[in-house]
Amino acid sequence: MALLEVKNLKTHFFTRNGVVKSVDGSSFSIEKGEILGIVGESGAGKSITGFSILGLIDSPGRIVEGEINFDGKDLIKLSENELQKIRGDEISMIFQDPQTSLNPVITIGEQMMEAILYHKKGVSKKAAYEACVEILKTVGLPAARKRMKSYPHQLSGGMKQRVVIAMALLNNPKLLIADEPTTALDVTIQAQILYLMKKLSQEFHSALILITHDIAVVSQLCDKIAVMYAGRIVEYGSKEDIIFNPLHPYTKGLIECLPKLNDEKKRLYQIPGIMPSLLGLPQGCYFKNRCEFSDDECDTYPLQQEINGRIVFCHKVK
Amino acid sequence: MKFFKNELVVEFFEDKLAVGGLIIFIFLCILALFPSLFSYQNPYDLTQLFLENSFQPPNHTFWLGTDEQGRDIYSAMVYGLRISLYVGLASTVLSVVIGYTLGLISGYYGGWVDTIIMRIADIQLSFPAILIALIIMALWGEGIGKIVIAITIVNWVYYARTARGVVLSEKEKDYSQSAKALGMSNLGIIFGEILPNTTAPIIVIATVRIANAIILEATLSFLGLGVPITEPSLGSLIANGYQVLFSGYWWASVFPGVLLMVLIISINLIGDRMRDIMNPRLKR
Amino acid sequence: MLKYILNRLFHSVIVMFVISFIVFFIMFKAGDPVQLLLPPDATQQDVIEMRHALGIDQSFIKQYEAFLKNVAKGNLGNSFVYGQPALDVVFERLPATLELSVLAMIFSIIFGVPLGIIASIKPKAWYSKAIMFLSLSGISVPVFWTGMVLVLIFSVLLGWLPSSGRGEVYLFTSAFTWDGIKHLIMPVLTLSFFQLALILRLTRTGMMEVMMQDYIKLATAKGVPRRVVVYYHALKNSLIPLITVIGIQFGQLVAFTIVTETIFAWPGTGKLIIDSIQNLDRPIVVAYLLVISFIFVAINFIVDILYTFVDPRVRV
Ligand SMILES: Nc1ncnc2c1ncn2[C@@H]1O[C@H](COP(=O)(O)OP(=O)(O)O)[C@@H](O)[C@H]1O
Ligand code: SF4
Ligand SMILES: [Mg+2]
Repeated sequence: MALLEVKNLKTHFFTRNGVVKSVDGSSFSIEKGEILGIVGESGAGKSITGFSILGLIDSPGRIVEGEINFDGKDLIKLSENELQKIRGDEISMIFQDPQTSLNPVITIGEQMMEAILYHKKGVSKKAAYEACVEILKTVGLPAARKRMKSYPHQLSGGMKQRVVIAMALLNNPKLLIADEPTTALDVTIQAQILYLMKKLSQEFHSALILITHDIAVVSQLCDKIAVMYAGRIVEYGSKEDIIFNPLHPYTKGLIECLPKLNDEKKRLYQIPGIMPSLLGLPQGCYFKNRCEFSDDECDTYPLQQEINGRIVFCHKVK
Repeated sequence: MKFFKNELVVEFFEDKLAVGGLIIFIFLCILALFPSLFSYQNPYDLTQLFLENSFQPPNHTFWLGTDEQGRDIYSAMVYGLRISLYVGLASTVLSVVIGYTLGLISGYYGGWVDTIIMRIADIQLSFPAILIALIIMALWGEGIGKIVIAITIVNWVYYARTARGVVLSEKEKDYSQSAKALGMSNLGIIFGEILPNTTAPIIVIATVRIANAIILEATLSFLGLGVPITEPSLGSLIANGYQVLFSGYWWASVFPGVLLMVLIISINLIGDRMRDIMNPRLKR
Repeated sequence: MLKYILNRLFHSVIVMFVISFIVFFIMFKAGDPVQLLLPPDATQQDVIEMRHALGIDQSFIKQYEAFLKNVAKGNLGNSFVYGQPALDVVFERLPATLELSVLAMIFSIIFGVPLGIIASIKPKAWYSKAIMFLSLSGISVPVFWTGMVLVLIFSVLLGWLPSSGRGEVYLFTSAFTWDGIKHLIMPVLTLSFFQLALILRLTRTGMMEVMMQDYIKLATAKGVPRRVVVYYHALKNSLIPLITVIGIQFGQLVAFTIVTETIFAWPGTGKLIIDSIQNLDRPIVVAYLLVISFIFVAINFIVDILYTFVDPRVRV
């Protein structure tokens, strides 16, 4: 049985301008120790997917439908109290921007220890402290012990992200959700952090959901890939299938964007047009206005097709 | 009709309390614009006051009672409302014009002009407004025109600061850079590009500060340093009535006080709503 | 740190110097206090003698020079009306004023902060809306009107509380005697009503802004209980800016004792300054303003120091 199985998840925001269907019927699953990549442009609903799993949707948003089966429980049905026990313990999350992820007026040490003390009753403060120092060393933070007493503003962005990653790994979670963990960082540090994430999730036997807008990142790290567009998954399958044999025109476009090894100088390709606003979605396939294969058939939203164990939504894929 | 289709305007009307405030405020403005239509006595006209009517409790002829000169409290309130509103609006308009201009100049030109204007503002802000206004009025004497000026002197600072702040941030943005590249003159940039973009925050502050100006006027009048009782504002009516409160003539101060409160609450309801709309980060 | 303190001190001295000059000048221009001080039947000779005795027959420059020389000796001149050193007259009445201001500030914080938090947690709940409407009334009601209504209810109608004076004073305050407390209740309530509403509203806005921050969401994602997220993580962040507000507002409170003391015949500096301005008693007015601005400077200073303790991001 899969560690996490999300079925037909719908998370909608009820704003004054209308209903924003940020996540509209997503299904995917992840096994123990697996890495799943969720790719898509900014605003596609990737972060909201991550937040939904942890039940972190604030009003005016709400999970309106679906199942999130994790380790034999449907997380949607759990109470706030039960969720609190799972968050940071069995499932933890890393946010996009390390600059804003840490509380500016609480020391790194205290913020880290919280993650232990609220989950492991009976662990002494001292033991918790030592555990935090250990893990800071593991993520490669220089002068780990000294850093425990630091405040976030005294650390660089890369150091903060290491702290946030360390914090997420403290309780040896079964599932780690990393929401664009490197987007806000320098290019040089990005690679280090990604490598670290992969290494650690293997070491800790955690499953990893890696959320990113950068298909290059998923193509290197992931076992499975879900491609999101305007709130919906348009293609979902193994990394090999998606990267080497993309079926959906949007995925094909994304792969086009990847720099090729042999002709580096070639101008990077970009899919023309922009993703429609979630408040003004077109009739039919959402990708229609940017798709070179579209025709009248595409005025209805394509049905789900399963082809050799992968899932794709497109009329032109047979 | 474009005005009513404006999203912000529509949003304003979604809040029942704010709409209530707006209706009350408009109603009070109408009363204040045509006081003679809504009152049966002119409190300034001494020939209409009869001493034998003094200190009548509320009754059929004098709905809200009379004061020691036989002045009908209700009529005096309508006229008083007019003066309170006048002082509030006039001083706010004056301080907006002066403060805004100084703030724009300060922010746009920077340098020593900026330093001087902002130093003055700093020193002034380190003192509570009421203290400054009080000293001005105490030494200068009562009078409607004087109090408008006194309030302007203490209030221009707020607009100057806001205008300056907005100019500084707008200056960085693309359009004024590109306007400059297109060869627009400094004045052209201020009036053509920056001014329209600074109006929204100024309007919000101004609304809130009209209420403050009215309170300030009423407080000074209450201390006997504002508007003379011969041309009473709501504040001077309350002050006048307060002197006989202990003799049991409560109506002479309580009714004007209630009206003053309603007036200020209505303005603050409007101001609050506008501020909420302008601050989308707090929307839920 | 020392450099910072000296810098601040220098700045404050300049400001106080400017203030003294402006006030001195305005009062000089405002008119001749002798007319007000002498009985109406005084002779011309009396007037001349008195003007000489007060030192106001000299030119403005001479007078200001004399004033500065005195200041250097720690003397702000004698009151024209009371004949005593102006500073003494002010200091004698200062405790009564500070007592009102400090108690009112404490009261406003004790009630304003918790109510603000409550109203921020569920902004759409009926009680939040009720709190917000009350606080809107709070910032809409002039101080003198609050005082009047309290007097009308508790003194005139119910006869429970005395409407004037300070009552029995023990040590430096009336807060230690029952009679004193009864005298304090209404003035303190009057003075704090507006402040309470303001602090409440600022606490609420601050909390709501902080609650939207990423680090609050991450704290929740770490499995920190909601209670701790709100009352520790969020509150700690939103209380810090409140310190500045409280510092500034303390100045407002001191200023508004003028109104409160007038209503409740409270023997503090507020009543003194109103009388002195009207009597053109320049030494008192100058002394009062200098003392008040000194208090403001001191408070600003304390606020800055406090900041370095509570906000790790600030180091001077
Ligand atoms: N609080 C909210 N209210 C309304 N819409 C929201 C809210 N949060 C997110 N959305 C919408 O949900 C969509 C998906 O957001 P998100 O998951 O953050 O995108 P991304 O794929 O870039 O992570 C966006 O289009 C955004 O407009
Ligand atoms: S369904 Fe039509 S428009 Fe949509 S991706 Fe396929 S071909 Fe393009
Ligand atoms: Mg995102």
